[in-house]
Amino acid sequence: MDLLYAILVDPFIQMWNGPDFFIQVMWEGFVSGVLYALIALGFVLIFKASGVFNFAQGIMVVFAALSLVGMHEAGVPAWLALLLAIGVMAVLAITVERFVMRPLVNQPEIILLMATIGLTYFLIGFGEFVFGGEPKTMITKELGLPTGSTAFEVGERGLVILQHIDIAAMIMAIIMVTGLAIFFSKTRIGRALRAVADDHQAALSVGISLHQIWAIVWFASGIVALTTGIMWGAKSDVSFALQFVAFKALPVLILGGFTSIPGAIVGGLIIGIGEKLGELYWGPLVGGGIESWLAYMIALIFLLSRPQGLFGEKIIDRV
Amino acid sequence: MFYREAGQFKTSYEADQAIFPILQDKWGLAALAAFAFVVIPLTANDFVLNSIMIPMMVFTLATIGLNVLLGYAGQLSLGTGAFMGVGAYACYKLTTFFPDTNIILLVLASGIFSAGVGIIFGLPSLRIKGLYLAVTTLAAQFFLEWAFIRIPWLYNYNDSGAIEVPQRLAFGIIATGPSATPLTRYMIVLCITVFITWLVSNLIRGRIGRSWMMIRDMDIAAELMGIKPLQAKLSAFAVSSYIAGVSGAMMVFFWLGAAEVESFDINHSFLILFMCILGGLGSLIGSYMGAAFIWVLPILIRAAPAALGITVTAASVEHINFMIVGALIIFFLIAEPAGLARLWQIGKQKLRVWPFPY
Repeated sequence: MDLLYAILVDPFIQMWNGPDFFIQVMWEGFVSGVLYALIALGFVLIFKASGVFNFAQGIMVVFAALSLVGMHEAGVPAWLALLLAIGVMAVLAITVERFVMRPLVNQPEIILLMATIGLTYFLIGFGEFVFGGEPKTMITKELGLPTGSTAFEVGERGLVILQHIDIAAMIMAIIMVTGLAIFFSKTRIGRALRAVADDHQAALSVGISLHQIWAIVWFASGIVALTTGIMWGAKSDVSFALQFVAFKALPVLILGGFTSIPGAIVGGLIIGIGEKLGELYWGPLVGGGIESWLAYMIALIFLLSRPQGLFGEKIIDRV
Repeated sequence: MFYREAGQFKTSYEADQAIFPILQDKWGLAALAAFAFVVIPLTANDFVLNSIMIPMMVFTLATIGLNVLLGYAGQLSLGTGAFMGVGAYACYKLTTFFPDTNIILLVLASGIFSAGVGIIFGLPSLRIKGLYLAVTTLAAQFFLEWAFIRIPWLYNYNDSGAIEVPQRLAFGIIATGPSATPLTRYMIVLCITVFITWLVSNLIRGRIGRSWMMIRDMDIAAELMGIKPLQAKLSAFAVSSYIAGVSGAMMVFFWLGAAEVESFDINHSFLILFMCILGGLGSLIGSYMGAAFIWVLPILIRAAPAALGITVTAASVEHINFMIVGALIIFFLIAEPAGLARLWQIGKQKLRVWPFPY
């Protein structure tokens, strides 16, 4: 009975009694949810267009942020470093398409998954070789991102603190998703992308170049990775530990469905908020640290009722 | 000319169904066994035994475990590392409770616990397929890692949070702990690995193994033909986790001597997945080859600069090691997605028809 009370009632009483803390937790969860959603977005772009489950998305985030910071440390001005980092992602996209994706066309998905894990190893080695393994500080000020914070009063005694960088991250995410949505629906390349996502062979037969489209989606998720890297790097440091954030994006993916951009966003927010609430209100019951697997459990429970994710396409098997 | 079945007549169904129907294969296997059981113990030094042969056997067994699940039953799992951990911690607790029992028995028994855990985490596979399932097995990985830290009972409440292997006997010989000789540990590891390989190879050829393969190839069709997916999938999870658990217990007790949670993390799971895929899905000999290849390659790369007379810092070697392993994995997947086992088969087929390939 006590246990049931501790699980079902007590956390909600705590929430009610400390609204400022609750709002703060919700906000933190919301922000990390946005960042999870951004990483998941990078996954979804590639999965939709080529059916590749890109495990390297996490290391791409690290790699993009590292090349940005690394070039700035080498004396390049911030705006030029940003452009060069975008250039690096473009080169990476073309290289990956040419040397990894193209020879592996039509292989089973597990082989493609393995290839991206191989790519992850390669990028870890390459990144550490070029930029060194120690953590770097993100050049937040030089990029013109805000660093202050604002405090709001909630209720009679509570304070909620909003970091400006978090607000900036949210705005950037909204701009990026809107931009991608317009790109997908209004431009010629965007329509070609959707055609490829729909049916590879039909797209080929009307003269769409798969190679070109794949390079473009890898580049697009490279840009998403760079944005994520800047935002996440500004919150903590730019280090190789960031790639483990990508593991958090996986439950987001299965929750939202591998092929759905709105799914990535909604899933990201559910996981981000659920994880923070769970850790702070229910975590102490089992000794804390449940953040590492709670996201998976949330996703697992959703999956048991909808095996294709919340927004995924229905999986139809033919015998 | 030397490798063909011409003239070897089979006069019974048993002979026709033998694992190695060709006489030369039997001789080859006998030579290999003699090498592993006699030549290596007589010639190898402690370094070779400790850092190459023992880990290779441990990883081979883990790879076979994953191969049962992924290669034969077609269920992708990224939680092998954690299941190995369950085996290791279970064995540690068993040695605490039964200090006088033969350690080999305890190692084999510890797999039962990981089999149980494997069945629980295999339950979602009844609803979820493919890559979605792969991600849900990560739930097992992270949950179990958390449990290994947060449940102090598992490591007997010691301060370091690590499990230290106590000294235990097997058939009156010191088999674990610091004073066990590498040779003893190698022989035990080798025997267990070969024994389980033999069990699995027979399991796969039987009814259970066939039901796994039917589920892998087309689960709905298999269901229509009377295979129960519940039994087939969960038995695959159970057998696979059992083998993974035994190899985890072997890893800690006969190789590392002590282990923390980091010994069973996600990278460990990936390492075994690499071995499984590079070796060849659905092939036992491939498991041996994959484990040997992935384990020995970094050792060779580390030794290469010294052998070539180039001086490189240890950190750069590590980074280059990562790059080379990553690039080689991609290269192998492109060159032969079916793995080393397929290359082996092609080689055997070529040899069979040589010198008249048409």
